[in-house]
Amino acid sequence: MNKDFLSHIDKRNSFFWVSSIVILFTLIIILLSEAYGLNLVSTSFTKVLGKTLCLCIVALAMDLVWGYCGILSLGHFAFFGLGGYMIGMWLMFERTKNIVVESTQNNVLPLTETEISEAVGTQIFGVVGGAEIPLIWSFADSLLIHIVLILLVPGVLAYIFGWLAFRSRVTGVYLSILTQAMTLALSLYLFQNDSGLRGNNGLSGLQNIPNLDDFSQAELSIWFLILSALTLIFTYYICNLIVNSKLGNIITGLRDNETRVRFLGYKVESYKLFIFVITAIISGVAGALYYPQAGIINPAELAPIASIYLAVWVAIGGRGYLYGALIGAAFVSLASSYFTGGQIPNINFGIFTLKWVDWWVVILGLSFVITTLYAPKGIGGLIERIFRRS
Amino acid sequence: MNSFLKLIFQLFFVLIFSNPLNASESNNLEKVLNNNFELIIKSSSRTIEPVIEDLLSTKSPNLEEFLKSWKNKQLYYVKKSKLISILKQKNSDGYELLQFSNKTSLGFFKKKEIKVIKPNSGVRSKISNALIGFQLLNDDPNVRSKSLETLTRKFNSKYLIPLKNALEKENNPDLKKRMSELLVFGTIKYSQNEDEKISSLNSLRGNMSIEARGTIASLLESKLYVSNKMPDLPNLARNIIPGNSYKNADGSNNKPFFYFNKKPEISRSEAIDLLIKNNFLKDYITPSRRDEILKQNISNSHIEGIPVKHLNSSEERNNAYNLLVKLGKAIPLKSDKEIDDLIKRHFFYAVYKEKSPKVINTAKLVFNDINHKVNFYEYLDLILDGLSLASIYFLGAIGLAITFGVMRVINMAHGEFIMIGAYTGYVVQLFIPNHTISLLVAFPLAFLVTFLGGVAMERLVIRHLYRNPLDTLLATFGISIALQQIAKNIFGTQARPLTSPEWLDGALVVNDVLSISLIRIAIFVLGIIFLVLLLLVMNKTRLGLETKAVTQNPMMASSMGINPDRINMLTFGFGSGIAGIAGVAIGLFSKVTSELGADYIVQSFMTVVVGGVGNIWGTLAGATMIGMLQKFIEWFNPSNTLAAQTYMIIFIILFIQFRPKGIMALKGRAAED
Repeated sequence: MNKDFLSHIDKRNSFFWVSSIVILFTLIIILLSEAYGLNLVSTSFTKVLGKTLCLCIVALAMDLVWGYCGILSLGHFAFFGLGGYMIGMWLMFERTKNIVVESTQNNVLPLTETEISEAVGTQIFGVVGGAEIPLIWSFADSLLIHIVLILLVPGVLAYIFGWLAFRSRVTGVYLSILTQAMTLALSLYLFQNDSGLRGNNGLSGLQNIPNLDDFSQAELSIWFLILSALTLIFTYYICNLIVNSKLGNIITGLRDNETRVRFLGYKVESYKLFIFVITAIISGVAGALYYPQAGIINPAELAPIASIYLAVWVAIGGRGYLYGALIGAAFVSLASSYFTGGQIPNINFGIFTLKWVDWWVVILGLSFVITTLYAPKGIGGLIERIFRRS
Repeated sequence: MNSFLKLIFQLFFVLIFSNPLNASESNNLEKVLNNNFELIIKSSSRTIEPVIEDLLSTKSPNLEEFLKSWKNKQLYYVKKSKLISILKQKNSDGYELLQFSNKTSLGFFKKKEIKVIKPNSGVRSKISNALIGFQLLNDDPNVRSKSLETLTRKFNSKYLIPLKNALEKENNPDLKKRMSELLVFGTIKYSQNEDEKISSLNSLRGNMSIEARGTIASLLESKLYVSNKMPDLPNLARNIIPGNSYKNADGSNNKPFFYFNKKPEISRSEAIDLLIKNNFLKDYITPSRRDEILKQNISNSHIEGIPVKHLNSSEERNNAYNLLVKLGKAIPLKSDKEIDDLIKRHFFYAVYKEKSPKVINTAKLVFNDINHKVNFYEYLDLILDGLSLASIYFLGAIGLAITFGVMRVINMAHGEFIMIGAYTGYVVQLFIPNHTISLLVAFPLAFLVTFLGGVAMERLVIRHLYRNPLDTLLATFGISIALQQIAKNIFGTQARPLTSPEWLDGALVVNDVLSISLIRIAIFVLGIIFLVLLLLVMNKTRLGLETKAVTQNPMMASSMGINPDRINMLTFGFGSGIAGIAGVAIGLFSKVTSELGADYIVQSFMTVVVGGVGNIWGTLAGATMIGMLQKFIEWFNPSNTLAAQTYMIIFIILFIQFRPKGIMALKGRAAED
């Protein structure tokens, strides 16, 4: 790999451009929205856009850990899912509790705490044949604690895993396989009914935000879009800061020649661990913003393939370009939902009809091979070439 | 007139030909029939039992015939004379009936004068129960076998003696064996004789059949009691401390070695229920009862001055209730301490249903003896299960042992080569209906197809990425999802059958506990064949030598006249081809879907990494370890295979921390990456 291709881009400028574009985009959507504007963009499409912004956030994290630090993690979507589960627990618990309290308002005796928790337990865990609220839901009635958990759970998991892996100097392909194994273990664990997180039913009804019943879904979707956009800009700022600092130079060096950086006296493991943990936390936050817009989370979302798709987005967008990751994630995820959504007409070749729903993944997979072979720098690389020429 | 003459004529015959002894027995039967006439003609399953008992006690030789014709609705009775009779013939004169007991004709009757006896289905089943004793002595072994079958289903104490008699006369060895088995189980369950029971129990020692275990376990069943006195019973099973004691399978007290997943036999609330049921605890107000009483005392949304709104915790409700108690409107609550004291003061214990301590001791001995044997075979079964899972993992990983292990190319599409192999097998079966031949065709064909696929992939993609393994991972992942989707487009999402030949359908039955399905044995054998084949190719052929040379130092190898391009291509094709063969084998026992390969890919990589990259023996060791361990973890928590896989993977992640190079690490220069 070309060792110094990063130094050619004016990275400081990119933050200005990216934040401007994101803000402009958000404003346009608000103007066109169903809730606050001209009613040209539907609520569901606003949600798709909001979700795409969240995917851009996790793609930034992936780019930082892979494109800059050289760790091909196939586990960052697991952190994303964990963030979603953490916010989902609060959303589901609080909403169910509100419903229970509301529906029993006419009872002769007001409910005791234990009666409420029993009723909530039956409501939430009835599908997996349980009624007791598991221990991990102890803090589910506190939004504050769960916001902390969104940062803490992915962070701690990444810390433990990273500490173990980097300490024993597992690198390269082995590390990728190991992260993939971690993701698989996590999703298999969540698939069980007695995991305490409703098994393969997952958590649902997350689009209803408790205590905000006055807001319609159209309004909520706009607020989530704004929140996602702001988080994206903030994350971009952080990532940009890291990349352009001395730390950024070290991790890039680490990617290109780990042994040399170690010989220069740097504690390679600590740097890697820091990047791994910080990106895991970013992923968790992205997931916490994504799933209230998606409305449902289940263990299938955490399957290893999701994390590989994340790597695909970043690779197509361009490794080592923060804006490339954004473009890749937005472009591929929007194109995927467009082509597999069934809106695009099939092409008839006479003997053979090309159904986009069926063949899109094939095209995606092959285009991915072509990108890796012929454009290893992805879309970001192309953009850079255009700008450098002009 | 005519009928009168006939009667005289018949009487004459009876006097001449009937045997006096027979006559007296017939009379016995006759008497019973007469006494119970009403019960027989208007029978119900509730009242018929004593009648059948009486009939059986006559021991009349005609009894079997009687019961049979009764059951088959061939019996009639004459309305006027109340005689139970059997139809001889039916012609223009009417119905000619024979009196049942002595077969004398009663003459012709009109249809109105007689009536057929129609026992309902409940009665008929009682009759056929009674008939079993006769059928066991039937001359036709088929009848005997059939009645034995019925008897096995509904054995009870009444059949002990007929069965014993039948066993003595039986000469068919197979039937004899079955009868004596049934007799043993029957004796244990129903006999009143202690010695008989003990000898029957001893004869079951080491018998691992489910029936034997069930019979002994039913003898060791126990019932819970509570009392305020120390129990002094010869057949006491165990004393129970609520919330703190556990039960053994043989009914005795258990002190578990570790309490993981173990529940005490009775909990505190169950103990309270038992106390209430046995009247040791009276006037106990449960929380729901308390709330009920509170509700009854609400007036104007207040209870004696306390607003109902405030009653949103247990303490508040108790306070309000105590106020009611003070006012004399309710009986007092019992505190937790009172209840605990009450539980402590009473004795909870279990008593065996069997009375005799001698029998119980023998049963325990035999039961534990059988259980030890069963445990041994279950461990053996566990090990064999682990081995067969290991051979499946080995099959999945064996191709990777070459492409990833030897060439260090990470091929995410490896699973899809397995899938292609399985689909090849399926397509071949569409054209060749004979499963054995189609399998023989499928193996080489699958190898060929995936070999070519592997070669194409190596030429087009992987060749350009040897310097950058992570890029290989991504590119091959692209191929993997494309291939999966193509398979889905061609074959659909539903699973396709890949049927194994009939001679692989059965199982090798060692005993009641242990049986190994033949297909698992076949896969184990196939795994060994692969291992030997691969070792031969890698160690004894020129290709193997050149492969090793190229992977260790391509420059040096090419300067020795080896073409690294060609070797890489062939090796990759070989690894992919083996994946194809493995796919046919895997398809035989799991569903062939487009996700078949993806299900195995992570485990396969794990197997290679755990075993140690670059070493085929390592892959074997890795597969054995992973397979065995997974089965072992499953054994701890059999209801949850997902959890087993989770813990398995966590274990592997930890294992790699301590042996990053796997079980069989390469040493020396080859180990340097």
